[in-house]
Amino acid sequence: MNKARRNPVNIAAAHGILILYTLIALFPVFVILINSFKTRKAIFRDPLALPDAESFSLIGYQTVLKQGDFFLYFQNSMIVTVASLFFVLLFGAMAAFALAEYRFKGNTLMGLYLALGIMIPIRIGTVAILEMMVSSGLVNTLTALILVYTAQGLPLAVFILSEFMRQVSDDLKNAGRIDGLSEYTIFFRLVLPLVKPAMATVAVFNMIPIWNDLWFPLILAPAEETKTLTLGSQVFIGQFVTDWNAVLSALSMAILPVMILYVIFSRQLIRGITSGAVK
Amino acid sequence: MTALVLRNICKSFGKVEVLKHIDLTVEDGEFVVFVGPSGCGKSTLLRVIAGLEDATDGTVEISGKPVNDVPPAKRGIAMVFQSYALYPHLTVHDNMALALKQEKQPKAQIEARVAEASRMLELGDLLERRPAELSGGQRQRVAIGRAIVREPQLFLFDEPLSNLDAALRMNTRIEIAALHRALKASIIYVTHDQTEAMTLADKIVVLRDGVVEQVGSPMDLYNNPANQFVAGFLGAPSMNFLAAEAVGGTSGQTLGIRPEHLRITDTGPLSGSVTHVEWLGGDTNVLVEAGEAGRITVRAFGQYDIEVGAPVALDFDAAQSFHFDADGARIRG
Ligand SMILES: Nc1ncnc2c1ncn2[C@@H]1O[C@H](COP(=O)(O)OP(=O)(O)O)[C@@H](O)[C@H]1O
Ligand SMILES: [Mg+2]
Repeated sequence: MNKARRNPVNIAAAHGILILYTLIALFPVFVILINSFKTRKAIFRDPLALPDAESFSLIGYQTVLKQGDFFLYFQNSMIVTVASLFFVLLFGAMAAFALAEYRFKGNTLMGLYLALGIMIPIRIGTVAILEMMVSSGLVNTLTALILVYTAQGLPLAVFILSEFMRQVSDDLKNAGRIDGLSEYTIFFRLVLPLVKPAMATVAVFNMIPIWNDLWFPLILAPAEETKTLTLGSQVFIGQFVTDWNAVLSALSMAILPVMILYVIFSRQLIRGITSGAVK
Repeated sequence: MTALVLRNICKSFGKVEVLKHIDLTVEDGEFVVFVGPSGCGKSTLLRVIAGLEDATDGTVEISGKPVNDVPPAKRGIAMVFQSYALYPHLTVHDNMALALKQEKQPKAQIEARVAEASRMLELGDLLERRPAELSGGQRQRVAIGRAIVREPQLFLFDEPLSNLDAALRMNTRIEIAALHRALKASIIYVTHDQTEAMTLADKIVVLRDGVVEQVGSPMDLYNNPANQFVAGFLGAPSMNFLAAEAVGGTSGQTLGIRPEHLRITDTGPLSGSVTHVEWLGGDTNVLVEAGEAGRITVRAFGQYDIEVGAPVALDFDAAQSFHFDADGARIRG
C-alpha cells in the first residue's frame, strides 16, 4: 500500500481487531498450557493464575509419559497424518491434473462427482465403512485410518487443485510435450512445483481435522497398539474422575507437531490464499 | 521436397468450427507467415501441425510423411511460444539441452549444439542463469535457442515478438530473418501484426475465421489482394474503402484506395476538409473528412504544412484503385 492511501485510523482499527481476535483465539491454548504446569489443587483454585513456585508441578507430564504408551500414540498419529496428507496430495493432484488438462467425455460430470464429497460428510457412511473394514480385515490397523482420511480429504483437494492447475500455462506443458517429456514428467516436474502454494493450502486444511479426529480412531482402530494421540488422551477422562493434569499435559504436547507442520507449510499457505493465481 | 503439406484440415471444439478445410503447402526452406486477426485460428492451426491438438479431419504431412499419429516430439518440429514457456527450474543451458537429452543424443553432440546455438544468439554469458533472472528479450532468445538445437525440419513460431517492446521487436525481427538465412530452415511464423508478416515472409497466408483468404508473396498480396479483407488487413495505414458512387462509380460497389496512392491537389474527384494530421518525419498522414465518401487517410511522403480544417481535394490513379462487390469479393477489369 502506498503512503497516500494509508489512513492511520484505519490501520489502528485493523490492527486492533486483528490483535483482539488473536487474543481470543489464543486464550484457550494459553489456559491449557499454564494449567498443565500446575498442581491439581491450583488448577481448580485459580485456573487463570500463572504457575508459581508453590503451584508449579510436572505431575501431569509424568503421568502421561508413564501411563499408556504415549510415544506410540504420538507415532501413530504422526504416521496417520503424514501418510494421509501424502496420499491426499498425490492422488488429489493427479485427479486434478487429469480434470484440468484433458478433454474427455464426462469431464465436467466427473469433476462434479468428485466435488460432491465436499458437501456430504464422510461420517454418514461410518457403518458401511466399519463393515468394509471388518470384512477386509483392516480393523485395528493404521491402514484403515489412512484410507478413510485419504477419502475424506480428496474431494476438496481435487476441487482446489484443479482450479489452480487450469491456470498453469498451456504453453509450458506443450513445450514439454514437444521436447519429448512424458505426461508424468510434465506433471511432476513442470506443473506440481507451480502449484506448491495450493498444495500447502490443501495440506493445512486437511492436517488439523485428521490430527484431532476422535471418531474414526475410536471406531476403526481402538486397539492399544493403534491408538492415536487424541484417543490415547481419553484414558485420563473417566466417567467419575478425570485426571486434569494429565489431560492438559497431553493436549499441550499434542499441539506441538501440528504447529511444526504448520510452520513448514505456512509461507506457501499464505501465498496460496492471497495470490489465488499461479503464473 | 516439401516441408509441410496440409490437406483439408478441419478442427472443431465441440460445436464450434475453428478451422475450416485448410489446404496448404510449405516448400523446403520457405518462410511462411500465418497472419490474421486475433481469434481467427492461427495458434490452433499451429498446434494441429505440432501435434498438440488432433485435427477433426484432414491430414498433416511433414517432409513427405503423414504424421497424424506421430507424437509432437517425433514430428521433427520445434516450437517457440508467445509466452516463451521456458522451464522455470532449469538453467538456460539445461533448457536448451533438455530435448536432446530426451532423444538420448551423445553428450558431446549435445554440448556442441548448445554451444553453437548460444554463440549464434549471444547467450554465452547467460548459460548458468535461470529464466527468472533474464529479461524479456533474453528469454525470447533462449526460447529460440531451445528450438535451434533440435535442428528440426520445421520451425513453428507462435507470435514470438508480441511480448517485446517496439525497439526490441524490430531487432529480434531482423535476427529471426538472419537466422532463417543462416539455417536455410523451413519456418512457419504466426502473427497478427501485418508489418511482421510483410517484412519476414516469403509467403503469407491470410486467415480469417478459420478460412484461408489468400496465399501469396507479400508483394502479390499488396498489389493484388483477392478480396476486401486482405486488402484492408495488409498495408499500414490500411486501405481506404469508400462507396464507389461517391466518385461516380457503380452503386453497391466499394472502391479501395491505399493511403499512399492518394495525392493532395487543388482539384480532384474527392474533396473535403482536414480533421487531423500526423507528422512522422519521413511521411505525413492526413485524415480528411470527405463528405459522403467518409473519412479518408492520405499518406504523403515528406513533411507538409497542413492545417486542421483546411479544405483539400484528393486525386488518385484509377489503375491503383481496387473495386469490390457488396460481399467484399474483388471485381477485376
Ligand atoms: N481449447 C480450446 N477449447 C475451445 N475453444 C478454443 C480452444 N482453443 C482455441 N479455441 C477457440 O478457437 C478460436 C481460435 O483460437 P486461436 O487459434 O488461439 O486464435 P489466434 O491464435 O488466431 O488468436 C478462438 O475463438 C478460441 O476461442
Ligand atoms: Mg494465438
